[in-house]
Amino acid sequence: MSTLRMFRKKPDDLGFFGKLGFYCLLILGALVSIFPFYWMFVVGTNDKGAVFHVPPLLTIGDQFFDNFKRVLEKSDFFQALGNSLFVSSMVTISVVFFCTLAGYAFAKYEFPGKNMLFVFVIATLIVPQQLGVLPTYVIMAKLHWIDSFKALIVPAMVNAFGIFWMRQYISAAVPTELIEAGRIDGGGHFRIFWKIAVPVITPAMATLGILNFMTVWNDFFWPLVVLKNKEHYTIQIALQQLFTTRDGLDYGMIMSATFTATLPLLIVFLLFSRWVIAGLTSGAIKS
Amino acid sequence: MAEPVLASPHAESKRPFLTEQRRSRFTAYTFISPFFILFSIFGLYPIFFTFYLSFFKWDALGPMKYVGFKNYDLITSDPTFWISFSNTLIMGLMGTVPQVFLALLLAVLLHSGMTRFKKTFRILYFMPNITSIVAVTLVFSTLFGNNGMINWLLNGIGVESMAFNSGWWGVKIAISTMVMWRWTGYNAILFLSGLQSIPMDLYESARIDGANRRQQLFSITLPLLKPFIIFVTLQSTIGALQLFTEPYVFLGQSGTGSTRQEGITMVTYLYSEAFRNGFFGTAAATAVLLFLVTILFSVLNMLISRSGSRETGGKKA
Repeated sequence: MSTLRMFRKKPDDLGFFGKLGFYCLLILGALVSIFPFYWMFVVGTNDKGAVFHVPPLLTIGDQFFDNFKRVLEKSDFFQALGNSLFVSSMVTISVVFFCTLAGYAFAKYEFPGKNMLFVFVIATLIVPQQLGVLPTYVIMAKLHWIDSFKALIVPAMVNAFGIFWMRQYISAAVPTELIEAGRIDGGGHFRIFWKIAVPVITPAMATLGILNFMTVWNDFFWPLVVLKNKEHYTIQIALQQLFTTRDGLDYGMIMSATFTATLPLLIVFLLFSRWVIAGLTSGAIKS
Repeated sequence: MAEPVLASPHAESKRPFLTEQRRSRFTAYTFISPFFILFSIFGLYPIFFTFYLSFFKWDALGPMKYVGFKNYDLITSDPTFWISFSNTLIMGLMGTVPQVFLALLLAVLLHSGMTRFKKTFRILYFMPNITSIVAVTLVFSTLFGNNGMINWLLNGIGVESMAFNSGWWGVKIAISTMVMWRWTGYNAILFLSGLQSIPMDLYESARIDGANRRQQLFSITLPLLKPFIIFVTLQSTIGALQLFTEPYVFLGQSGTGSTRQEGITMVTYLYSEAFRNGFFGTAAATAVLLFLVTILFSVLNMLISRSGSRETGGKKA
């Protein structure tokens, strides 16, 4: 009894083996998380049959460029990549600008109906996208925006999460005295916003920008609905189009494309991971 | 004779029409207006129009014809609709329940006094979430192939191969696995940030009172983490009800899209009704039913979590 008590000094001390078990589970989870990325690269760099090799092939091959050449024969891969880049950038610039403006107004101005309007903004977050898809499609058809990037960009130009996120940050980071001082000096409202508020809140704007860019880049449902012509496909639609059995599934080709399409986002994420994670966790705490 | 006095230049200069207050109100409304304008056109109006549309027969081109509740009759007597409904629920359950438990486990492990590599683990767990669902589905379709790695592993432990890309359960297991892979780490990070918001001195005083690790977990950590658990469960449930890309891409190998019944979900049903068959009315009715199911599940979620808190409250008293 006394030896046992000596061995376990504190009731919550895990001891060496407990810690080892904890780390094993954590590492196992991490391996499961990153394995598909590695597997993507393995298949993308090996020849056609490698994917169903028994036992599974786990080494990187040298066929990447041959595989990727077939991607370029089958699709306008770089055109699709460029389209995605264009659409995502346009949406992101607009979202950051309009959400910052609206967040600033909700944080630093007094006006009738302010609280009610803000609650309304938050409430729109729970409406599922699919509920309005059909009429939105009809609106796009009426505007002759089907198969045009406008259909992807315009409805996404500002969003409720961005307003919420900027309001929270601006309330905490921008001192009201600074804005009042600017107003006494006779600065216009937009000028004060631009010269005083924006420089202080660029980190929050960057986080919102990255999060938004990733969301738009990865969107599949809406582009699938509105884009008709091959030359307008975003990268997600182009990837999906490669996945056809017409001449047998060429997984080497598919994975070399998937890997190339994933890599830029992966690099951006690894560079800015701290901001991305902070943005998403603070988005969750809104409940 | 009072007007000229009121209209004197002195009074006018003292109270111009655009007072500072009016001007700043106007500015504020201008700053928030883009959201309200765009949301009215592409959010609010479509929602009401969907309800309206569900009572009409329409192919999105010709004239609309009022049919009353016939669209609802049509879809509720279509066996495919019910298959899509049950598939959505089954895959939702299979993807969400284990996911929340696993995420909770990972978060508790990450939080439990081990600060080493915490940041690295966070990044690694988060990585699945940044990839596009299309890419995820393509990768998993190789892993779940007939001679793929998952079947090889199953054979290794003496289990027979499963037809993950065509079997009734196989497809559901494959799709729920994709959902879980993408979201477990994300939810673990949310739980972790919840755990980090619990004040450490609560644990200190519990330790002084002689509470062991298990008691601390059940009487401090889990109750205080409850808002996060509710949020994650609700968000995962709503996400699961909207499942589209995974089944669409996974079953779309023949180029015909997801019309195969093993993995058809409510949203893939909606999609093919509208954009393949041109039945906008029944598709709108499907959207309305999907919305009602979403609300039902959200309310259920709230009720369960509220009754749960009353129980623990009762125990404490």
